[in-house]
Amino acid sequence: MASRTDSSRHSAVTDPSDADTRVLQRRDFLRKSMALAGGGSLAATGAIAAPLEVPASNREIGRGMEARAYGMPSKFEEHVKRNRSDVLKNRQNFSDWSMTPLQHQPGIITPNGLVFERHHAGVPDIDPRTHKVVVHGMVRQPLTFSMEDLQRYPSVSRFHFHECSGNGLTDWLKPVSVTVQQTHGLLSGVLWTGVPLSIVLEEAGIDSRGKWVLCEGGDGAAHARSLPIEKAMDDCIIAYAMNGEALRPENGYPVRLVVPGWEGNISIKWLRRMKVGEKPWHLRSETARYTDPMPDGKWRQFSMVMETKSVITSPSGGMKLGKPGFHEVTGLAWSGSGKIKAVDVSFDGGRNWKEAVLEEPVMDKSLTRFKIAWNWDGGPAVLMSRAIDSTGYVQPTVADLSKVRAIVGFVQHHNAIQPWAVSANGEVKNVIGQA
Amino acid sequence: MSSDKRRHVAIAVVLALGVSACATLDGGMSPGPVAKTADGIWLGKTAKHSVQPLPDRPRFGQAVSEADLVALNIDVRTPDGLGLPPGRGTVAAGKQVYDAKCSACHGPEAKGGPVFGAMVGGIGSMTKNPRVLTPGSMYPYAPVLFDYVRRAMPMDRPQSLSNDETYAVSAYLLHLNGLIPENAVMGPDTLAKVQMPNRNAFMIDDRPDSKAVRCMSNCK
Repeated sequence: MASRTDSSRHSAVTDPSDADTRVLQRRDFLRKSMALAGGGSLAATGAIAAPLEVPASNREIGRGMEARAYGMPSKFEEHVKRNRSDVLKNRQNFSDWSMTPLQHQPGIITPNGLVFERHHAGVPDIDPRTHKVVVHGMVRQPLTFSMEDLQRYPSVSRFHFHECSGNGLTDWLKPVSVTVQQTHGLLSGVLWTGVPLSIVLEEAGIDSRGKWVLCEGGDGAAHARSLPIEKAMDDCIIAYAMNGEALRPENGYPVRLVVPGWEGNISIKWLRRMKVGEKPWHLRSETARYTDPMPDGKWRQFSMVMETKSVITSPSGGMKLGKPGFHEVTGLAWSGSGKIKAVDVSFDGGRNWKEAVLEEPVMDKSLTRFKIAWNWDGGPAVLMSRAIDSTGYVQPTVADLSKVRAIVGFVQHHNAIQPWAVSANGEVKNVIGQA
Repeated sequence: MSSDKRRHVAIAVVLALGVSACATLDGGMSPGPVAKTADGIWLGKTAKHSVQPLPDRPRFGQAVSEADLVALNIDVRTPDGLGLPPGRGTVAAGKQVYDAKCSACHGPEAKGGPVFGAMVGGIGSMTKNPRVLTPGSMYPYAPVLFDYVRRAMPMDRPQSLSNDETYAVSAYLLHLNGLIPENAVMGPDTLAKVQMPNRNAFMIDDRPDSKAVRCMSNCK
């Protein structure tokens, strides 16, 4: 920035005519764009109700630089926080979850301090100098890895969405949540960095009978899941960094598993141990929890892939639109089974749909940002988004899912279309199950 | 194509191409066969990592023996109880452990307490709304209880119970759920034999299950 300022000053001094031309071109551009936006009335007079004053920040010196610091958001962004689950309230905060304020997130990356949390026994503080990851069981040679060992391997960095299988579990048949943070905030977008799990498993040497890997955390729940070897050898990452810095304690410091596109519960945080075996372990978190009720009284198990889903983040529940006219409708789409191919948006409760623009980059198993212009006529409207993935799968409605699953209680793996109703006064409300 | 037939095709494709070939499927796949694991679990689309070449073995892992890992090796394969340690516990001993270390959160006789809900009842509720989920009604295999208590309970002092205490508290909870008699003794040879009512209630992921279509105008 500094060099650009210097060079423009320089050219203004040496060649004033060029500088004048630039100013004229800019004025011309401004006049044209104002005419387009405001129908010409404002541009024609240029009248302003009150003359603008030079702000105080122009008249004083700002804060000095600290010798060392970890930068924090502006004090005016205090309201942008992760919230502990406040629709379904747990009676303790050790096995609990907090939700990402998606309504405040532009783009596809969630800042580390806002990445959602789910722990089963609080957040451990693990010393990376003594932490070890163990690989054993049906392997040629059991191995341990220190953090230093793991960081010697070639690294990969991948953008992936991260979603809890319980995202949306409070809102199936009727609206209970107000904001998109409450309905969809068990979702974050992260650039993970670490070692491909396949490299570490290959080094230990998987026995030909080894088909599953028990992955276990170093937390007070020793939280564990069974991971099929096909996925383990495919795109999983033993991650030590997120979004350009070490993992946060609440997200698995110093090291965690990342299982792209699958339910967040299997991306074991504080990774401690991996054991190769012939069959799955059928632990509590893959039988009594994280399974889906079926209409015949049964339970669907190992429903790992987080299916294609989207949600409009603006306008979304709890917001209030100002004037009628142009509004950018924007949101997020993601798929555990590939890339987002298209997102359609409806402004009339699902009767008619228009294809939105996908903002690059569009990546495998990553959050994808979609946008579409909307000329709000000031009347009631119901906004919805519908994602289509690279396999051709179309995001369903709650009604579609109710036909094939039992929606009884707090049901997991909710990827249905989210409707937001805009009233004539501009208020935006959650109307899931009503529209 | 029926879903069974489709799954067979998918497995055949996986077998024929091997896992590495499967990993290179590109993003242009049309709806149809879904890549699944040998056990039929939907994999999702896959993409290859691009990494720098590695040196030959040995690499950076430090060799260790299984004997060195005994203290960490706490998992139980719950359908057959593989990994259950030596030990035994009675229902009566379990009540003592429970009253001392569990009831503050879970309530007397596991009927629910100030922090967590009931761990008894719910058997027969799986076709009702709501389904009442307790270890008795929901766990397909009794060793799930042992494994979970051993790794995660009590919440404020996990991995502090002895194996005997863990068997005992498992016995007590199974008894409260009416699944074993009051004089039962739980140990590595008996726990996996307890017949749980929800044993055959689980089915492997068979999604995608919804069939939404991309209608653009005059829909519904």
